[in-house]
Amino acid sequence: MRVANAIREKLTAALAPASLDVIDDSHKHAGHAGARPQGESHFTVRVVSAKFEGLNRVARQRLVYGALKDELETDIHALAIEAKTPAEAA
Amino acid sequence: MALDDATRQRITKEVTDNPVVLFMKGTPVFPMCGFSAASVQILSHLGVRFKGINVLEDPAVREGIKAYSDWPTIPQLYLKGEFVGGCDILKEMFTTGELSALLAEKGIELDPAA
Repeated sequence: MRVANAIREKLTAALAPASLDVIDDSHKHAGHAGARPQGESHFTVRVVSAKFEGLNRVARQRLVYGALKDELETDIHALAIEAKTPAEAA
Repeated sequence: MALDDATRQRITKEVTDNPVVLFMKGTPVFPMCGFSAASVQILSHLGVRFKGINVLEDPAVREGIKAYSDWPTIPQLYLKGEFVGGCDILKEMFTTGELSALLAEKGIELDPAA
């Protein structure tokens, strides 16, 4: 849970999300390139934040990527992102 | 995420010379990653002729494209020299019809057989 917890903490700090799901998909990729034996390499993040308002898709994902810069360089091999504003998620 | 001048120039040339470029892992015929495969599928489904650039064959481009686009993951799609996004964005834009609209707006020819 180390990486998942770090993702949760950093996104909470950066985006003050109205809702946040961090899903570890690593088991689906066991054995393939980039999968780490200890897991926690492939994640899906579903985040709802007012900070996405007025931003296009690229800018929203860049916010998420920016918050997780360290993890992306080390632990995370793949990251699927769904970034919505509270209005879009309602 | 280093980007030297030679690599920057090569990337600029690729995205300028080719209307649609997908920086991906593997080739359009043999994608080596699920996200790259999904992106190829979307483009092929729409009948988009594109150039696939296999970053696994080229470590300079693999790291360089991340700095070039300010985007830390692969695949990455370029239309007429402009960064569109990665796999999540492609999927969303395909689902909403925005991708077809963007292709039309940019004057990208589609393969009628698709």
